[in-house]
Amino acid sequence: MTDDYIKHKYDPILPQKDEWPVVKLSKSRKEFVKSVAEASKKRILGLTGGNVAVLKEELETTLYREKLRIKQNPWAVDPDDDYEFWNNVKGSLLQLSADISTPKIEKKKKYIAILDEITMRYAEEIASNFKHTHYKFTRSIITSGFARLLNAARVKGIKRLFSNQYSLQDKIQTIGETEQLRDLASKGTIIMVPTHFSNLDSILIGWIISVLGLPPFIYGAGLNLFNIDIFAYFMNSLGAYKVDRRKKNLPYLETLKTYSSEAIQFGVHSLFFPGGTRSRSGKIESKLKLGLLSTAIEAQRANYQKGINDISGKVFIVPVTINYHFVLEAPSLIKEYLSITGQERYYAESDEFSTSYKISKFLFKFFTKGSDISVSVGKAMDVLGHYVDKDGNSMDKNGRTIETRDYFISNGEVNLDTQREEEYTNRLGNRIVEEFHIINRVFSSHLVAFTAFQMIKKQNKKLDLFNLLRLPEEDIVLDYEEFKQEVQRVLDQIFELKANNKIHVAPHLRRGIDEIISHGLDNVGMYHAKRPLVKNSEGNIITEDMSLLYFYHNRLDGYDLEKLF
Amino acid sequence: MTLKNSSEEKTVGVVGLGSFGTAIARMLAEKNPVVAYARRADLVDEINQNHSIDGQPVSENIIATQDPEMLCKSCEILFFMVPSSAFQEVVRAFSPYLYPYHIIIHGTKGLCLNLPNGKSLSDMKVISRENILTMSEVILKETVVVRVGCLAGPNLAKELSKGQPAATVVASKYNEVIHQGQNLLRSDKFQVYGNSDIIGVELSGVLKNIIAIASGALAGLGLGENAKGLLISRGMVELIYLGNALGGSLKSFVGLAGIGDLVTTCNSTLSRNYTVGYRLAQGESLETIQNTMSEVAEGINTVRLMKTFVEGTGMRAPITENLYKVLFEDLLIEDALQYLMKYPFSVDVDFL
Repeated sequence: MTDDYIKHKYDPILPQKDEWPVVKLSKSRKEFVKSVAEASKKRILGLTGGNVAVLKEELETTLYREKLRIKQNPWAVDPDDDYEFWNNVKGSLLQLSADISTPKIEKKKKYIAILDEITMRYAEEIASNFKHTHYKFTRSIITSGFARLLNAARVKGIKRLFSNQYSLQDKIQTIGETEQLRDLASKGTIIMVPTHFSNLDSILIGWIISVLGLPPFIYGAGLNLFNIDIFAYFMNSLGAYKVDRRKKNLPYLETLKTYSSEAIQFGVHSLFFPGGTRSRSGKIESKLKLGLLSTAIEAQRANYQKGINDISGKVFIVPVTINYHFVLEAPSLIKEYLSITGQERYYAESDEFSTSYKISKFLFKFFTKGSDISVSVGKAMDVLGHYVDKDGNSMDKNGRTIETRDYFISNGEVNLDTQREEEYTNRLGNRIVEEFHIINRVFSSHLVAFTAFQMIKKQNKKLDLFNLLRLPEEDIVLDYEEFKQEVQRVLDQIFELKANNKIHVAPHLRRGIDEIISHGLDNVGMYHAKRPLVKNSEGNIITEDMSLLYFYHNRLDGYDLEKLF
Repeated sequence: MTLKNSSEEKTVGVVGLGSFGTAIARMLAEKNPVVAYARRADLVDEINQNHSIDGQPVSENIIATQDPEMLCKSCEILFFMVPSSAFQEVVRAFSPYLYPYHIIIHGTKGLCLNLPNGKSLSDMKVISRENILTMSEVILKETVVVRVGCLAGPNLAKELSKGQPAATVVASKYNEVIHQGQNLLRSDKFQVYGNSDIIGVELSGVLKNIIAIASGALAGLGLGENAKGLLISRGMVELIYLGNALGGSLKSFVGLAGIGDLVTTCNSTLSRNYTVGYRLAQGESLETIQNTMSEVAEGINTVRLMKTFVEGTGMRAPITENLYKVLFEDLLIEDALQYLMKYPFSVDVDFL
C-alpha cells in the first residue's frame, strides 16, 4: 500500500443503476424476504434437532421475552400490531399444549407453522427498504451540502456560495488498494470491515463508497435510529437493514444472520463494523463481534455448495481504517470505557454535555479548519484471510494460487460443519485485527499523545492506570527538550515498523521533528474544550485532560511501542 | 485425490519412520492403506520389496516413498512424525504440495525456535512466546493447511509395536480432525480421546520430557520411590506454570497427555528422555549419550529453550533451571538435588 493520497475521480463501475445488486435485491424484496424467512426456519429447526419439545421451549421463551419487551421497552418504530401478533402466538401455543387429541406429527406441523409466522415477521422487519431515488437525493445532500459548507468557509466573497474550489476529497483523503476494491466489486461480493471510532463513520464510509464509484453497500443499523423519521429516511436510502438490539431470542438472531448471509449470496456488497460498536478506549479493535462475520463464511460455503466456484461467487473481505486527529465523542467514549473497566476505582466527574450543539459546532469547525481525515483501504482477503490477486485468486504466503473452496472440503466434497466455520470465523477475526494494525496510519497527533502519556506513566511508575488518570493536571509538566527526544525515539521505532510493513505513516511525519511536534500538538483532539496536550508559556508540554490524552494515546496500542519506556 | 469417496478405504500418509512413526504407521495400516515418507532410500526399498522395517515385518498395506508430492497427492490426511529439529525443514519440503483440503496430525513432542533472520538462540538475551513455536504452529506458519491436530499421551513406541493396550489424545480446534483421528486410530487395543486445546496438549507432551530426564537421573542415582513421587508432583506444578505461560489450559495438563504421559515416561527405561537422565547419573557425559543414542531425546532441546524463556519472563522454574545447569554447565546432579531440597517451596498446590 502506498502512502500517497489518491485524489481521483472514479467512474461508477456499474453505470446502470438497474445492475446494482442492491437495486436488484430491492426489486425482488418480497421473494427475498420470503426466502430469508424460509431459510432461517430451516436453520432453527436444524438447531433444535427436529425435537418438538426443544422447539416448543424456544417458542415459549421467545414469546415471553417479546411480551416483556413490549411491556417494558416499547419504541415508536415498533409496529402497531406488535401486541396483537404476540398475543395470537400466545393463544396458538396455549391451545397446542393443552390439546392432547392431535397426533404428534400434526402437532409438530403446527409448531413449525408458528415458527414460520415468527421468522416471516422478523425477516420483513429486518429487510432494508432501499430506494434509488432516495439514495441519489441523500448522496447529493451529503456531497454538495458539505462541499458548500467547505467552500463557504474558505473562499472569500460572493463567489463562495457557488465555488467548487474545495471538495470533500481535499478534506477526506483515501489511500490504499482502491483500484483492487473497484475491480473485485465488479466481479465478486465485497464485505467491507472498517474500524469504528465515531458516529461520523457510517456517513463517511457511505460517501467514500460512492466516491469510489461503487454501488451502495448494505449494512446493519440499530433499530433505535429508525425511531426518528428523518434518520429512518437516510438510513433506508443508504441501504441499511434493521438490527434490534432488544431482541436476543434465537429466532430473531438466526433470522438476522440468515438475512446477512442470503444478501451476500445474492451478491450484494455489505458493510460490517466488526467491533460491534464504537471503540470506547480509542484502541484499534482487537476483539471482534463474530456473529455477522460468520455469515460471510457461511455465504461463501453456501455458494460453493451451489456449485458457484468462480469469482462471481467469491466473497472478499476488505479491511478499512479511518484515521482521525480528533474524535468528537472522545470524552464520553473514554469515560464510558473507564467506568466499565475501572468500576469503583473510577469516578466520573460530572460534565455538562449538549450533543446537538456540539455536533453542529464540530461540523462547522471541521469544514472551516484543518484536521484532516484519512481512510486507508486494505488489501482484499478471502474468507480465510489470504490475500487475493487482482483476479480474485487467493494466494498463500509464497504467492502460490490456492482454492478457498478446498477449505470447506471433507472427504472430497464441500460440506457444512458449523464447528469448523466457527473456528474459521475466529481466524478471520484475528486476520482482520492484524490487517487493521498494518493499514493503520500514524498521525503526528497519535505520536505526541502516545509519547506524552508514556512519559507521564514512567514518571509515576507506582500508580495504576486509574490513579494515574486522577493525577492533578497542573502537576504534570514535560520538559520540551526531553519530550522531543522521546518523540524522536518513538518515531524511529515507527519507521522501523513501517520498514517491516507493520504500520503506515502520514506524509507529514517526514518533516522535521519540531514541525511534527507542533503539527501534532495543534491537531490532537483540537476541538475539545480541554485539550489533551498543549505547550505552556515556557514552551513545555502540559495536559488539560489526562483521560483524553489516554484516549488518543491508545491509537498506538498494540505495537509494543510502550517497551521503549 | 485418490479414493475420495470411500471413507472406509482412504489412504493415509505418514511422514517420518522413527520408532513412533513406525508404530503409528502399523496401527493405521490395520484399517487403511498407508503411504509412508522416509528419508533413507534403503528403508524405502526395504518396505516396498520386503514389507519390513529394519527387519521387522510390516503390513503390505504400507508403501513407502521419498517423494513428498506423491504422498500429498494420494492422501488427504497426513501424520507428521518427525523430530522437532528436522520438523520445520520437512514441513517446508512438503509445503508446495499441500492444499487447504489436507488435514495434518503430528506426533512430535518438541518445540521450534522462531527467531529473526540470522539469529540463533545464543544471540538472544531473552526470548518471548512469539519466538517459540509448537509443531502445530510451525505447520500453520509454513503451509496453507489450517485443519491441524496433534497426538500426545503415554505412547511408548516399543509397547505400541507389541500391541499392548494404550490410549492417546488427538487434540485439535476442529472437531472433524479429532473424529478423523479417532476413526483412523481407534482399535480394541487403542483408545483415542479428543481435546480442543491443542496448544495445551502439545505443551504437555513437550514439557513432561524435562521432568522425565530429571526422573531418570534420580533413578540413576538410586534414590528410591519417595524421591520420584516428590519429583513427579513438583514437576507437575512446574509443568503447569510453564504451560500456562505458553498458552495451554490447566485442564489439558491434568489429562492423559499431561499426567498420563508424565507418569509413564518418568517410570520407563523405554523412554529416551528418561534414559538420558539415567545415564547422566551414571556418570556419562551428555555428548557421549547423544552420540550413542539412535534417536533424538527431545527433552534436551526443550530444557535449553525453556530455560531461556523462563529468564525472559521473570518466572522461576527450579527443576528446569537446575537441569539446564546439569546438562550444559557441568553442575553435579547431587548438587542440583541439594539445591532443590533447600528451595523454599512453601505451598503444595496453588494452581487449582
